Amino acid sequence: MSRVKQRPERFIDETGRRLDGRLPDEMRPVDIKVGVLSNADGSALVSYGKTKVIAAVYGPREPPQRFAILPDRASLFVRYHMAPFSTEERKSPAPTRREIELSKVVREALEPVVLSELFPRTAIEVYVEVLQSDGGTRTASVTAASAALADAGIPMKGLVAGVAVGKVDGVIVLDINEVEDNFGDADMPVAAAPDLGLITLFQLNGVMTIDEMQRGIDMALKAISYIVEKEKEALKGSIEVEAE
Amino acid sequence: MNSEKPQTLRRYLVAPGEVIEGLNENEGIYVFDYGGVRRAAVLGLVEASQEEVNYIPLKGFYFPKEGDIVIGLVTSHGAANWFLDINSPYTGVLSVQDFFGVKQGGRVPDDPFSYLKIGDYVKAKIVAFDRTRDPVLTVQDKGLGRVVEGTVVTVKPVKVPRIIGKKGSMLETLRSSTGCDFFVAVNGRVHITCPNELLQEIAIMAIRMIEEQSHLAGLTRRIKEFIEEERKVRGV
Amino acid sequence: MSYTPYRLPVVSRVKSESLISMLKRGLRSDQRDLVSPRNITIEVGVIGKANGSALVKLGKTQVLVGIKIEPGKPFPDTPDEGVLQVNSELVPMASPVFEPGPPDENAIELARVIDRSLRDPKAIDLKSLVIRPGEKAWVVWVDVYVLDYDGNYFDASMLGVMAALMNTKLPEYEETESGELIVHRDKLTTPLKLNKRVVLVTTAKIGDYIVVDPNLDEELIADARLTLAFDEEGNVVGAQKSSIGGYTRSELSRAIEVSRKASQIYFKLLDQALQLGKQAG
Repeated sequence: MSRVKQRPERFIDETGRRLDGRLPDEMRPVDIKVGVLSNADGSALVSYGKTKVIAAVYGPREPPQRFAILPDRASLFVRYHMAPFSTEERKSPAPTRREIELSKVVREALEPVVLSELFPRTAIEVYVEVLQSDGGTRTASVTAASAALADAGIPMKGLVAGVAVGKVDGVIVLDINEVEDNFGDADMPVAAAPDLGLITLFQLNGVMTIDEMQRGIDMALKAISYIVEKEKEALKGSIEVEAE
Repeated sequence: MNSEKPQTLRRYLVAPGEVIEGLNENEGIYVFDYGGVRRAAVLGLVEASQEEVNYIPLKGFYFPKEGDIVIGLVTSHGAANWFLDINSPYTGVLSVQDFFGVKQGGRVPDDPFSYLKIGDYVKAKIVAFDRTRDPVLTVQDKGLGRVVEGTVVTVKPVKVPRIIGKKGSMLETLRSSTGCDFFVAVNGRVHITCPNELLQEIAIMAIRMIEEQSHLAGLTRRIKEFIEEERKVRGV
Repeated sequence: MSYTPYRLPVVSRVKSESLISMLKRGLRSDQRDLVSPRNITIEVGVIGKANGSALVKLGKTQVLVGIKIEPGKPFPDTPDEGVLQVNSELVPMASPVFEPGPPDENAIELARVIDRSLRDPKAIDLKSLVIRPGEKAWVVWVDVYVLDYDGNYFDASMLGVMAALMNTKLPEYEETESGELIVHRDKLTTPLKLNKRVVLVTTAKIGDYIVVDPNLDEELIADARLTLAFDEEGNVVGAQKSSIGGYTRSELSRAIEVSRKASQIYFKLLDQALQLGKQAG
């Protein structure tokens, strides 16, 4: 990925603010729109600051890849991919090892909430494209995939959302951008379904004490509740209803 | 106080995972239990009055059930079967043997696939569907077979109850206002036969309007007004 | 594209019920308690032609790690460091469910988790591997071969990688006048410099129970798995949740605590196994 930028001298200034002016527990502006594609059964466009991802869902339907069918539930097919123009230096469109791992990680973040037993022998396909990468792409992808699944009407136990927590200058910070991710001391992506109290994605690159990790998890879960509320607003807002 | 009217009807949307308070009945596949409470699995509308709580899914699928009458679109065929798009995650299978009533003494002609072609609609009944195979269809029953006249409109299956209306009221309004015949199949396909093309156009527009405004109040009255207005405008 | 796994072996209901009832009594099918890993044996130097190697047996799971040190170029953004490359193969002989072909998502995940867990805490002193900054440096090729799979190739692989790295030697070399490198691959003298040791600790969640070092049956019936990388000071230097279930907040805390304690056991067992290995070899 981007190796052109220089490591900043400091990540947190004297007023306790980060390079982009945020406080340690502040998220970037989150925007979620659903139903943005006309062909897909469900779709969502999500941005966390400059990170922008789009997700599309097809299914449940009978898949061409019949070898992967399961007799008692729907299969989830998930593709996480970064568009060539999404990064600072153009990235080749061929799938990288990172995209292969993240496709698995994103799928495993969605499996616990999809009611897949309702549709045996079908496939639910989720395609996520990172359109612009500024840190936290896999967690924004989980959020977009969740909103797209709900937009498609795939029965789910709950919505999921994700956010990446980092550590810079010894401080735990929420929703890291690319500079904080590349040059900081840790990157801990977390995704969860707040209505179910279930953590579905959890990774760490970097070094943290257990105490820092626990604090980071709590910080992430709080932000995830907020992001799921925004998902719900986007879904409900797409329907016109005279509520009383 | 008039005890006949539903008092203080609260209407609110629920997203997947949210609790539906006071929901008692089993609403099928779009409701589930977690943490001891009933929750929505798809985006839906909750209508709660003092007497009862109803949950209307606004998204969802047609899930085949044995006995359902559906309208399928022929998309391909194999050596002995037609394969039908029944507006569902599953593909319907209609055998050549069944279409020509072989069990009832009929005979399969030399060119069976010229009798029901790709692109044709067919009204059929689901005779078998379980988790191990695709739904099996039959046309050997009253009123079933290839759709020969009129047109077929596809709507989201979750909108079917609204097109029929409470106690069939919406369907009755459509029929009496347009003079057309409507058959609403549970898989979201509506077969419309009208005296002429202009009325058919109006009928299709009315169905689309119901689909879009399905959760707004006073829809039946507005559909009636819409159809009457359109008929006046088009002189039919 | 990632698919829901479709070729996993089926665990009979009888077996899974008996495993769960044993867990209720604090036992597992191989008579372990919930927090102990299986027996570990490590043989180092098993591949003579490699710069370093180790064969690890964690219960019945077997992993062979080979380390080759080859001359190469540093990455542009780290001109004064050597290069680490980790690859892993889940070879078809290891399990009826591994298919031949290029590394799949599981093999790639294993390699990347090991790579991150070494790179982020700077376990290998990559600065000591530079020959000419910006131009020439040693590349440490770590190849992990899972030969026999009875659950938890993560922990076994990292033990193998650690043991192999601890016994890896750099070759002697000369630089000609034109700047070419002549490598004497048969003269392995300088030990590879390690700053830290790292272990991976995998726990599986089965219902309400957290078990350390799951065997294959336990992996197959588990809701979810968590692999944590620890250094000897108890810092977490990597984490990866996998499989199709999830954790509540308290289950995650419990798994982290249990893993931390188990990491101490792993470091001790690593030392013991290497001691035994030295005596035998």
